[in-house]
Amino acid sequence: MDFFLQLLIQGLSIGCLYATAALGFVMIFKSSSVLNFAHGELLAIGAYIFLVISVWLKLPIVVAFIVTFAGSFALGFVIERLFLRPMIGEALIEVIMLTVGLAAMFKGLLLFIFSGNTYVYPNFLPNWLGLRIGNLTIAPVYTATFAMTLVLLVVFGLFFKYSSQGIYMRSVADNQTAALSLGVNVMRVFALSWAIASLVCAMSGIVLGILNGINVHDLSKLGLKVFPVVILGGLESIGGAIIGGLVIGVIETLVSGYFSTSLRDVVAYVVLVLILMVRPYGLFGLVEIERV
Amino acid sequence: MRLRLRPCGNYKERYEEELTIFETDFGRLWSLIGIVLLFFVIPFVFGQYGLYVLNHVGIYAIGAVGLNILIGFTGQISLGHGAFFGVGAYTAAILMTRLHVPFLPSIFAGGVVTAAVGLIFGIPSSRLKHLYLTISTLAGQFILEYIFVHWSSLTGGTEGIILPKSSIFGFVLNTDRKFYYVIFIFFLLSIWVAKNIVRTRYGRAFVAIRDNDQAAEGMGIAVFRYKLLSFAISSFYAGFAGALWAAYLGSITPEPFTFGLSIDFIAMIIIGGLGSITGSVLGATFITLLNELLSQLAAYFMNIKALAGGALTVAPLREFFFGLVIVLFLIFEPRGLAEVWRIVKSSFKLWPFSY
Repeated sequence: MDFFLQLLIQGLSIGCLYATAALGFVMIFKSSSVLNFAHGELLAIGAYIFLVISVWLKLPIVVAFIVTFAGSFALGFVIERLFLRPMIGEALIEVIMLTVGLAAMFKGLLLFIFSGNTYVYPNFLPNWLGLRIGNLTIAPVYTATFAMTLVLLVVFGLFFKYSSQGIYMRSVADNQTAALSLGVNVMRVFALSWAIASLVCAMSGIVLGILNGINVHDLSKLGLKVFPVVILGGLESIGGAIIGGLVIGVIETLVSGYFSTSLRDVVAYVVLVLILMVRPYGLFGLVEIERV
Repeated sequence: MRLRLRPCGNYKERYEEELTIFETDFGRLWSLIGIVLLFFVIPFVFGQYGLYVLNHVGIYAIGAVGLNILIGFTGQISLGHGAFFGVGAYTAAILMTRLHVPFLPSIFAGGVVTAAVGLIFGIPSSRLKHLYLTISTLAGQFILEYIFVHWSSLTGGTEGIILPKSSIFGFVLNTDRKFYYVIFIFFLLSIWVAKNIVRTRYGRAFVAIRDNDQAAEGMGIAVFRYKLLSFAISSFYAGFAGALWAAYLGSITPEPFTFGLSIDFIAMIIIGGLGSITGSVLGATFITLLNELLSQLAAYFMNIKALAGGALTVAPLREFFFGLVIVLFLIFEPRGLAEVWRIVKSSFKLWPFSY
């Protein structure tokens, strides 16, 4: 039972990471209908900026956080402006392929600069974050993950509910043409959603770095793991992304704990196929009604 | 025979004229010249390395033509063609080593088995559309990859399989040049079949489904059946190409059949031009040559760096430039090389009054 609980907690915290990564993904998809295959690379870029500032330049952690967030926010903006904007109105496959090309570019650059080695962050989390309940110990990283996810959810909840930009974003997601005719700057919303998504990615990239160390290959593989998560919840649902992330995280850890670790990478996709057989639009996805 | 010149306007009166492959006899003439070049000049001009690269171009072109039928004509996006290519390769390899089936039947079996696998992964297309279908094929890719590595009693696991020398009717294919002929005969055959599929009722149905599947269903096209057919045809092509590839290289491991290969295939048809058979061939040529060039360059610079004593490795830049080319193509010429080719041709035709 203790083993099970330990696995469960580990799974939930990994699930939280998947969920935050998927959050950014869903945000891009909702506002601009772009399926982002470069998500893992965005994670990696955030993690590496943090690495350079905090470990190589030895600046204080707070500075590292601020620079990483500012940098990845700007990066998201630039990506949208340079690469995605010319593709507005092109076919689905071409936009997908563009993000795949971006992913290859980023991955190549990161490998060129940092090579395929695994880097570790210094342990800067205070020890009091670790919890002990009965026989169960919860490492500080896990607590930090839960805390980060909670904070993110609250912040985004408030942002979407009360800020004008958040309301613009919701309106574009709901009905692009109507939003445009009511004077919403749709282009700016696209750019903003990329910037925010990139920022969220950087955040989960850093936590992943604390958890496992950072490695370009691992992080870009994780970007593909986002797909089962978002499909499970439904592509358009932020709540679905959270639940999908938690479910996939727990299933993966349980499978690797009880069966074999090699099954771990493929089980998410098996779950994905099964879900799609029963519910073609995921658990909370929008059912499209098509007319000719 | 009198050579028909290209008319100065559109004088077509019957539907059949609209469907012809060659509008003028010059097209036939050029294809004949092309075939002569392909079979009687190129194999004797190029050395062993050149033929090795060309053979890869031919194999990938077969796969790309198949994928274009699925994505470019039917509009169903598959991210699993790298794995389908692998299924064909493994089927042929297993048949040739375990059951000692000869070369020709095994490569056809490779195609057929892959078509069956493709049918299975095409079944979700009855309910799923667009992005959901795309991602379910992505799941197929990863599940198949897992099977290649972990069903080691059948696939040999990470060690792979070593194939015996292939032979056709006792004629042993032991050089690149002999394989060149085999590959390019099948290449021509597959282009001929594909050209004819897309201009007959099947191809028309595929295009109707791509443009609007609801409307297509309203006009009496059995959408699901045609989608499945498209999946089967396209995975047959992929599996056939994979089987040829396995026989040509002589040994296979699960390594090459990754998501990266699926991406390569899609890059081929996008850079070549969606919905164009010529485009897929051009795209396959372009991507294969680009890959080859980039890895040669990387090796070259590695040597220089080694001389300079630097430990810097430039190999990852290969991936960077690959991505860059795709991105630039998509932004500046999203219709692909087929469109570039058309523009070049029409500017010649209109010369000196082209604008």
